[in-house]
Amino acid sequence: MIKRSFIGLAKPRLENQFLEEKQSEPVKIPASKKVTLLLNVPFDPYIKRESDLIKIGDTVKTGQRLSISPDSDEYVISSVTGTVSYITSFSGGLGQAYTAISIDVAEKEEIDEEFAKISKTPNLKDTINFLAGVPGNPPLKSCFQPEKSINTIVISGADSDLLTITNQYILKSKAASVKKGIGILMKLTGVNNIIMIVPQYLMQAASTTGANVRIVDSQYPAGLPHLIMKDVLNQIVPAGKSLEDSGVCFLTAEAVASIGTAFEKGQVPVTKTFTLVKKDESRILVSARIGTPIRDIFKACDVAVNDKDRIIMGGVLTGSSVYTEDQPLQVDTDTIVVQDRGNIQPTTDYPCINCGECVRICPAKIPVNMLVRFLEAGQYEQGAESYDLYSCVECGLCSYVCVSRIPIFQYIRLAKHELAKIKEAEATE
Amino acid sequence: MSNQKKFIVSHAPFWLDGSKISIRSYNIMLATLPAVIFGLFQYGMPALGVVALAISSAVIWELVWNVVTKRSNAIGDGNSALIGLVFAMLLPATVPWWFVIIGTFVAVIIGKQIWGGIGANAFHPVVVAIAILTLSWKDYFDFQAALVNYDFDFSMIFPLAAVKHAAQHTDLFSVSEIVKSFSAGDLLMGKQAGGIGATFGLGLLIGGIYLMLRGFIRWEISVSFLVGIFVTALLFNIADSARYAGPVFHLFTGYTLIGAFFLLTEDSSSPVNFIPMLIYGFGAGVMTVLIRNIGVYVDGVIFAILVLNLVSPILDKIRPQAIGKVV
Repeated sequence: MIKRSFIGLAKPRLENQFLEEKQSEPVKIPASKKVTLLLNVPFDPYIKRESDLIKIGDTVKTGQRLSISPDSDEYVISSVTGTVSYITSFSGGLGQAYTAISIDVAEKEEIDEEFAKISKTPNLKDTINFLAGVPGNPPLKSCFQPEKSINTIVISGADSDLLTITNQYILKSKAASVKKGIGILMKLTGVNNIIMIVPQYLMQAASTTGANVRIVDSQYPAGLPHLIMKDVLNQIVPAGKSLEDSGVCFLTAEAVASIGTAFEKGQVPVTKTFTLVKKDESRILVSARIGTPIRDIFKACDVAVNDKDRIIMGGVLTGSSVYTEDQPLQVDTDTIVVQDRGNIQPTTDYPCINCGECVRICPAKIPVNMLVRFLEAGQYEQGAESYDLYSCVECGLCSYVCVSRIPIFQYIRLAKHELAKIKEAEATE
Repeated sequence: MSNQKKFIVSHAPFWLDGSKISIRSYNIMLATLPAVIFGLFQYGMPALGVVALAISSAVIWELVWNVVTKRSNAIGDGNSALIGLVFAMLLPATVPWWFVIIGTFVAVIIGKQIWGGIGANAFHPVVVAIAILTLSWKDYFDFQAALVNYDFDFSMIFPLAAVKHAAQHTDLFSVSEIVKSFSAGDLLMGKQAGGIGATFGLGLLIGGIYLMLRGFIRWEISVSFLVGIFVTALLFNIADSARYAGPVFHLFTGYTLIGAFFLLTEDSSSPVNFIPMLIYGFGAGVMTVLIRNIGVYVDGVIFAILVLNLVSPILDKIRPQAIGKVV
């Protein structure tokens, strides 16, 4: 926890973490008995569907492409070999509905051959069909559609949230895979402008990958995609638009390395590397199969969790907390933080006192003090129109400095979510 | 499922910088202490009585309001205690007990709670209270009369009143003579008549600098207010030095310093963007000197602050463009 400094006149400095000089190798978590994969489609247990592509009792192989309905192009790659034991619904943050597929792991591992065949003659369609869910979660589906015109690929070797060192480690240790991945992306997509964003000290490692290397500031929130666009590429993303709309595809170094490894070995990578921050704020790198329940990760790393502790997936400023140790490791989980109950500061229902701390720290120059008044009252449209809701880059600093401890960041996320829902409802009418 | 551990699930961010409303209130109270303690030594037990009664009655009014409106008890945030303390600092030491209690009622209930409580008040609660009391019982704010029973080694004339009086009768008095009789050093060291905690300029400066460094008040407001007073008073003085006192005199008398650090900077009634803060502070400074020099009131700080509180939301519309915003 970084407290406010005694001299409160200066802005707080939140430095991103760097790799240590002799960063120890990731701890390898042995295969669990059971893994759970989350498929990004809602699941209704009461409908009996004959057409389901996978059913309880099916055997799956490592690297096999699993999807539940023939109409949907959503899929997950099985990270283990075993038998499907359970299919159920699962809800994530803000009501996101998933289908959870649990697999009992068999003793002997078999590798699915389908991707090996495809990898000999790489093409974009098959790549999207197999590699959109590799560790690092590359946004291949949203970027490389016919209606989007991507002209730049930005690869971030920096980590966006505090305490995380995952991407930096991957870039340093797997520079060759990143290079291979860049080559494949250039060939498949025809985009030649590849820019790599790294902290100063990784310049050397990044320059070997053949990308155009730029330096990013080490102070939070410089590593967030929107701010990299603004400060490093000098290109401002219009409020409410995504990076893809501006012609930029944003990938993490880990995602690129996964794509490189996949074509190198002819196998879809299924092992995720992430940073585990223990209760004493010591950091270790861990690698585990996707879908491993975090219970097994904690057991292997000697992390004891008790009632009223907090488990955070994603960073301390932008992540989300989970309610169960059965939560599976996902492809975009760069960080898992465990907070002891003694270190948790509760938010309050105090009103805004208009101290202006948030206004001064906001990297997007949003009048947060005014915005939060509208969002608290549920007037999301007014907030979006008059007080720049859509300019928010979601760094979480406003809540971090809030004297009244208002969950401003959550209000902003909720407002965006609700407005998106309204828009969707209007579109379908 | 019953043997599942129960974790705390909440929303990002999971780190906070540890600031709190109570820490803010208590630090501002701490910053008032040099001036308040000086006042207590100067005016003795009556002053202690006023300060203690003001703080306790303000807290009780807050508690009563919480009970009546069935809200959770909010006296722990220190805001009402702070209101009581700042209110007492502005009073002469000899005011009667009922006057203090009415004052804190006006400050806490009319100044703050009926607007919606902390953060919702459009005006500084204490300034509202002082303004209403000045209009209702203006004799109690006549510092010369109020402090007539004290015998100090300095002139017990309230400096601003003396200058105002002299300016109207330039044939009888000389403004520059009166101003000369109050040296800047004496004014800073509290050798002047005034409110319990409003006369010790050095103490107020120390408190204000502490608050600005710690970030509990916004330096832009205080500094631009003092600059506004200095510049306006200087212009008046240049224009007609026979009738208008110089800038240093205006800086160290009346409610100027306490206004700069403890009244004008109240969070919910002041703007938060950079340029609006400068306009707000400077505007209050200009208004103060205008009222002092050509208005009917002796000290203009209170009404200047009320006026600027009123325009602060409009001023705050001057703000930088958010990134990515296409108008």
